[in-house]
Amino acid sequence: MDFDLTEDRQMLSDSLTRYLREKYPFEARNKAAYEAPYHSQSHWEALSELGALYALAPEEAGGFGGTGFDISVVFEALGGALCPEPVLGALMASRLLSAAGADQEALLSGVQKYAVATGEIDAWYGLDAIGTQAKASGDGYALSGRKSVVYGGQVADQLLVAAKLDGKVALFQVAADAASVTGYGMMDGGGAAEVVLEDTPGTLLLADAAEALADAANAGIVALCAEAVGAMDVLQAMTVEYLRTRKQFGVAIGKFQVLQHRAVDMLTEIEQARSITIKAAAELGGPEAARYASMAKNLIGRAGRLVAEEAIQMHGGIAMTWEYPGSHYAKRLVMIDAQLGDTDYHLSRVMAA
Amino acid sequence: MDLSFTPEEQAFREEVRAFFAENLPKEMSDAVRAGGELTKDIMDRYHALLNDKGWLATTWPEEFGGPGWSPVQRHIFEEEACRAYAPRIVPFGLAMLGPVLQQFGSKAQQDYYLPRILSGEDWWCQGYSEPGAGSDLASLKTRAVRDGDDYVINGQKTWTTLGQHANKIFCLVRTDPDVKQQKGISFILVDLDTPGIEMRPIKLIEGGHEVNEVFFTDVRVPAENLVGEENQGWTIAKFLLTHERTNIAGVGFSMQSLEEVKALARKVMRNGRPLIEDPLFAARVAQVEIDLEAMKLTNLRMLYKAQKQGAPGPETSILKIKGTVIGQELKDLARRALGPSAAPFPGLLSANLDPAPEDAAHNAARYFNNRKTSIFGGSNEIQRNILTKTMLEL
Repeated sequence: MDFDLTEDRQMLSDSLTRYLREKYPFEARNKAAYEAPYHSQSHWEALSELGALYALAPEEAGGFGGTGFDISVVFEALGGALCPEPVLGALMASRLLSAAGADQEALLSGVQKYAVATGEIDAWYGLDAIGTQAKASGDGYALSGRKSVVYGGQVADQLLVAAKLDGKVALFQVAADAASVTGYGMMDGGGAAEVVLEDTPGTLLLADAAEALADAANAGIVALCAEAVGAMDVLQAMTVEYLRTRKQFGVAIGKFQVLQHRAVDMLTEIEQARSITIKAAAELGGPEAARYASMAKNLIGRAGRLVAEEAIQMHGGIAMTWEYPGSHYAKRLVMIDAQLGDTDYHLSRVMAA
Repeated sequence: MDLSFTPEEQAFREEVRAFFAENLPKEMSDAVRAGGELTKDIMDRYHALLNDKGWLATTWPEEFGGPGWSPVQRHIFEEEACRAYAPRIVPFGLAMLGPVLQQFGSKAQQDYYLPRILSGEDWWCQGYSEPGAGSDLASLKTRAVRDGDDYVINGQKTWTTLGQHANKIFCLVRTDPDVKQQKGISFILVDLDTPGIEMRPIKLIEGGHEVNEVFFTDVRVPAENLVGEENQGWTIAKFLLTHERTNIAGVGFSMQSLEEVKALARKVMRNGRPLIEDPLFAARVAQVEIDLEAMKLTNLRMLYKAQKQGAPGPETSILKIKGTVIGQELKDLARRALGPSAAPFPGLLSANLDPAPEDAAHNAARYFNNRKTSIFGGSNEIQRNILTKTMLEL
């Protein structure tokens, strides 16, 4: 048993954290997060150069990581800085390209941005009910349907699209400029796109993609959970600092036991969230990966909402303002629940197991 | 990061598992499974069984007759003991007084008392709480006045767990009423046969006799029974409470409870279908299972830290809070699963007439009894105060 990071991962964590702290102040973050194209090309390139993308893929795919703990190290650092760059899409696309045996140097170097388009208005998390269809067309395939809230889709060069082919869920690569892509910004920063496909040409990557898509989702969940843990740590620290400095009735409000105990409950839930994220990361790629990913995403959803709401409440009015960084952390922690399956979706998956 | 146990630790787990499989009498595991109060006879025989194996004093170093286990080994032992439905080791002599004597006791006290704890000759109970001193333990009033070679003790202790089986009690007493509360407390060992001591049972919420109150009227105790220096008692009390908090997460017991709840929900029917197929009930079970899964890791992370640093840190309060809440939720589900058949008072009906399945007749009693866990050992609110100071530094 060993709960310390390896030296390599510690170095990666340190260099990402240092970069984000020094070169990515909150005004810069908000500009990238809330102004089109809802990301910053220069920060994307800098993160790529620091190895944030290569760390997400194993050596045989051209990277230098790819395990659950490599993923969690990167995303915990990104979460701490509330970085909205489309790294999640890169991670999930990398898993899918690996499954398809496709080259991914352009992805790992950051030269090409990938987004994974699975969700639809009537089929957000499960894939059985998706309506997007593919059919053979000439030498390739043509896709028709609509993919909704494709995270990172607003800047993607390539889309990996799940579509039904002969009744099975298959995976296609679609050049973004071949589809109708409408980008937009998100409540919690960063961007996504609505993707409309009308006989859009696509390259078949996997004719039966269910297993690969499940693995990509499990990896994505580990990433989101680690991102949430990083964000929760920061919001918790902000809240405690505020309790220490804000005075009412002539004393620091942190002297009030009612607030102390609530702050402790935040701490307790964050430690639980960290634990289940470690567990999900350890199980990624193994036979129990989906079960532990669901456990983690359920707990993160509950803990994230608690931390967000309690932080806002204990700060009072200041955390209701756009100007205060804490409010943006709270938004991310709440909205992260809707990505890759929310608390109820994952609870029902744990129940069914 | 590596969550696996070492090959040595795995082998140790196998050894413990085999020991319980071969040596734990079925009547003991049956009694634990049934969930009622255990007899003194069962507790004594379990004590002897572990002592013969050298596995009784799990937290003691080898020089005092312990197995010299690491925190991880202790954790494995506890998990396996729960898995086998072994009784709990009665903690007062072994987990509480033993470490205190090893740290603060004189050589003579160590030589005399420690072997008697192992042999079972002495059954200790704890004289800490008083009617007016619960969470505010330092306000305790039981007075010990030096008189020649003796202390004379007057006062009252309460919540004395299993005191009805004990022959000895360790007490916190006030030896100096004129200084700051914490500075005037001493730790003293008392023979329960001493004239002037009266023990009365307290009947608990579920009807059981688990705790007692102890009255002291002019009880003369030899001064040599003092542990450590006079007025050093608060330091000892705090030391003991840290030991009381080890294994406080109760992960093994909660794993046991979770399995019981699932088995019960597969067995009992609701609207013509097994209860486990009711999505609302299944969701409650799944949620606490997730919390418990996280708790297992939180527990291991803190064990790992304790093993590295040599002592458990203040974060163990997190284990106490969350571990007890999870345990209580599971006891609630075990009670809920039975519907109205949880209601008959245990023991009034023969097994063939009891509407509750065998082994579940005590589920309501266990639910009520288990409410104690968020109160004792430093209430969960006191744990939050500790975390406020140590972790949040507010």
